[in-house]
Amino acid sequence: MIRFDTVTKSYPRNSRPALNGVSMEILKGEFVFLVGASGSGKSSFLRLVLKEEKPTKGQIHVLGQQLGTLTSRKVPYFRRNLGVVFQDFRLLPQKTVFDNVAFTLQVIGKSRGFIQEAVPDVLKMVGLAGKSNRFPHELSGGEQQRVAIARAIVNKPAILLADEPTGNLDPATSAGIMTLLERINLGGTTVIMATHDVGIVDQMKRRVIELTDGRIVRDERKGGYQTQAVPVQGFGLSGADSGTEGVSA
Amino acid sequence: MRLGLVLGEAASGLRRNITMVISVVLVTFISLTFVGAAILLQFQINQMKGYWYDRAQVTVSLCTDIDSSGTCAQAEATQEQKDAIEAQLTSSTLAPFIERYEFESHEQAYENFKVSFKGSPLVDLATPEFLPESFRVKLNDPTQATVLIESLSGIPGVQSVVDQRQYLDGILDILNAASYAAIGLASLMLIAAVLLIATTIRLSAFSRRREIGIMRLVGASNRFIQTPFILEGVFASLIGSLLAGVAIVALVQFFVRGYLLDTIGNTIGLIGLDDAFLVVPMLVILGGALAAASAGVAISRYLKV
Repeated sequence: MIRFDTVTKSYPRNSRPALNGVSMEILKGEFVFLVGASGSGKSSFLRLVLKEEKPTKGQIHVLGQQLGTLTSRKVPYFRRNLGVVFQDFRLLPQKTVFDNVAFTLQVIGKSRGFIQEAVPDVLKMVGLAGKSNRFPHELSGGEQQRVAIARAIVNKPAILLADEPTGNLDPATSAGIMTLLERINLGGTTVIMATHDVGIVDQMKRRVIELTDGRIVRDERKGGYQTQAVPVQGFGLSGADSGTEGVSA
Repeated sequence: MRLGLVLGEAASGLRRNITMVISVVLVTFISLTFVGAAILLQFQINQMKGYWYDRAQVTVSLCTDIDSSGTCAQAEATQEQKDAIEAQLTSSTLAPFIERYEFESHEQAYENFKVSFKGSPLVDLATPEFLPESFRVKLNDPTQATVLIESLSGIPGVQSVVDQRQYLDGILDILNAASYAAIGLASLMLIAAVLLIATTIRLSAFSRRREIGIMRLVGASNRFIQTPFILEGVFASLIGSLLAGVAIVALVQFFVRGYLLDTIGNTIGLIGLDDAFLVVPMLVILGGALAAASAGVAISRYLKV
């Protein structure tokens, strides 16, 4: 579903690469936590998957496409298969909840009939059934994040990327969001979530990929936020490669 | 559905940016008016060339007994000299260039002079003897007057050989210079207009960067994202172009066909409204194309993947 082959990403005017020879594979239907300190390369990872950035070295395959060969004209169509959620929600303040979600479908050219059907469905799924005419500023943070998630999944993407989706929320609200993400994952969507939230990672017991200084130092199934016991778990051939590299680093 | 959305986005952009849009309209209006005026001047020059070169002749003036210029020695050109000149005009060297020629006697010259200078005190002073006899030569191709001037200038009895076009050339040079000045001014202002459109679109894109970011995130195609902005620029510039078109038509209608025609009469072949209506679509196309190009370039940095 997503495969990195010794991917290095350097930014100009910064000698230390954001990602350094990262190899790993994420399969369909997985729920993956991406953990690591700020600046360890989590956001670069997500941006590379979205093809917002090009890798300096190495190859990335997402949904059977090699991103390096994807022309810029085709990138928008590629992105329609991905949903993205951010820490700061990124809702349009002058649009209602319904319009925020519908906007996604409008700009990719879906019919009015389809929008009228799909938007209430997805709002119901994220638990905002009665609030479609509210504006974002009238909602709580948790509700705003639900709108953002609804917007991300309304087009039924194969992959959902979440960049610290609970970063601005209190623990109880975060738990609600995680339940929602889990339900989305159960529906078959691959979920990749970058987070600093120790409690959530420890509680969910899902695959954890830990990044330090742009390298994978741990790739563990059913892991916690921190584990010393199993530093690196090999995952496929490329995963094992990255593992040894990660340890030696 | 999508068309409605694109037009709605463009309209909201125009509303949000109304002051910039007004300045784009004004700058395009002024610059394209200059462009239009320059084109009209060129039309006028061509019109005058066509009108006058058709009528322009080469005048071979003969000596009178008060004249000492040219080959004259204060002696009237004799009949033999006139015959020699006429022989030259009909000779095999010159004949192919000449469409027709006619001889103008003292009396005919005096009659023409009286008509041309009607009401002037000069008419009372002049007598037929003062006005030289001449051959009026109409050439097949008016640009080949030098052939005639070179072969006839030195012949005895010829006072001068003058290509009438040279009188016109001075005026045409002035008009030409004016039209180049207008073009120069217009291109400077067009540069300003293009930069202003680019800035306006960039501003508009900046104020909508959240929407653009989300559109890119959810996979809106580049064309879908950029079209409202390009439409915004083109729309503002089209209003300016249409105003310029109105100004050009008004200029021709009220200044050229009104004031100029009343003052100098249609003796030089003035341009008309049909010429103005030819210029208007040029201005509209130029304005629209420039705006589309500069808006497209301005928005492209927001679309980089």
